[in-house]
Amino acid sequence: MIYLQLFYEFFKTGLFAVGGGMATLPFLYDMADRTDWFTRAELANMVAVSEATPGPIGVNMATYVGYLSGGIPGAVVATLGLVTPSIIVILLVAAFLKSFRDNRYVNAAFYGLRPASTAMVAAAGVTVVAVALLNEGATGLAMVNWKAVALAAVLLVLTRWCKWTKKLHPIAFILASGVVGALLQF
Amino acid sequence: MKELWILFYTFAKVGVMTFGGGYAMLPILQREVVERKGWATDEELTDYFAIGQCTPGVIAVNTATFIGQKRRGILGGIVATLGVVFPSLIIIIALAGVIDAFSHLTWVQHAFAGIRVCVCVLIFNAVLKLWKSAVKDGWALAIFLCALAGSLLLDVSPVIFVVLSAVAGIAIQIWGGKKA
Repeated sequence: MIYLQLFYEFFKTGLFAVGGGMATLPFLYDMADRTDWFTRAELANMVAVSEATPGPIGVNMATYVGYLSGGIPGAVVATLGLVTPSIIVILLVAAFLKSFRDNRYVNAAFYGLRPASTAMVAAAGVTVVAVALLNEGATGLAMVNWKAVALAAVLLVLTRWCKWTKKLHPIAFILASGVVGALLQF
Repeated sequence: MKELWILFYTFAKVGVMTFGGGYAMLPILQREVVERKGWATDEELTDYFAIGQCTPGVIAVNTATFIGQKRRGILGGIVATLGVVFPSLIIIIALAGVIDAFSHLTWVQHAFAGIRVCVCVLIFNAVLKLWKSAVKDGWALAIFLCALAGSLLLDVSPVIFVVLSAVAGIAIQIWGGKKA
């Protein structure tokens, strides 16, 4: 029952991913390892497509993964699985809005959750680095994909320090990287 | 019935205009929900956002559920949420088919190799942004380092880190007597 399994996996992701879209990444990597729905390299492509298309990135990734593993019904089921815990939790919280925000146990739990969530996204980032910047199966200096490292360095400067480009939308950098990759044969 | 349709339509519009999610959505929500529809005030929207961020799930979805619930109860919350995810479903399904059809071409593979490099940088930037609001003292840094080492070295579900870090937060701040 692929649909039941998709719903369950994305329900879990929606329930435990705290801090928005990118926080779903560690759960998706976990899925890539445990199922044969998609590989880690495909997942990196999905992140790019999700960033470059309209819609919240977490929802886009759920739709994409669902589509790859179960066609159009899979996409619908995965997306519904992702949003169901949100609907339940928010409807409950809305009933006790004030007391939820001021509750010291809730605040204390999130004091611990936020750094852990950040760390899990960082760990997912390390995996993407391994796929994007290293050559599989090589050793020593040949292991490093120098063209990719150079592009990463340029992108880092453009997105963080160059004041004319850092306000640009991520879609601009994604498209430019695609063109550079195609032209320089990454 | 009419207002449910307006909820669906308005949040579908927000979904189409949001790229990337999270804070990118705030100005669009301000225009559609606060200025045009008058469904919430700026303060309420900020509150919903803050709660959306510290409850599980995608922030855009949480905010939509909140506003829909405020307008038309539980059904309104569900309809607004379906509205915000509807464009993603259509667009991604259409795109995934196209990408599938072209993915065997060499130049498309090269292009995606370039795009993956960009994804590294985008994730790095996202981590820095999360870091600023998450890691504010030594204990938070310790939790970050434990969760990072655990995620990289151990082969366990991320759920475990979520549960443990929430317990650690309560232990440090409440049982440990550290002021929040």
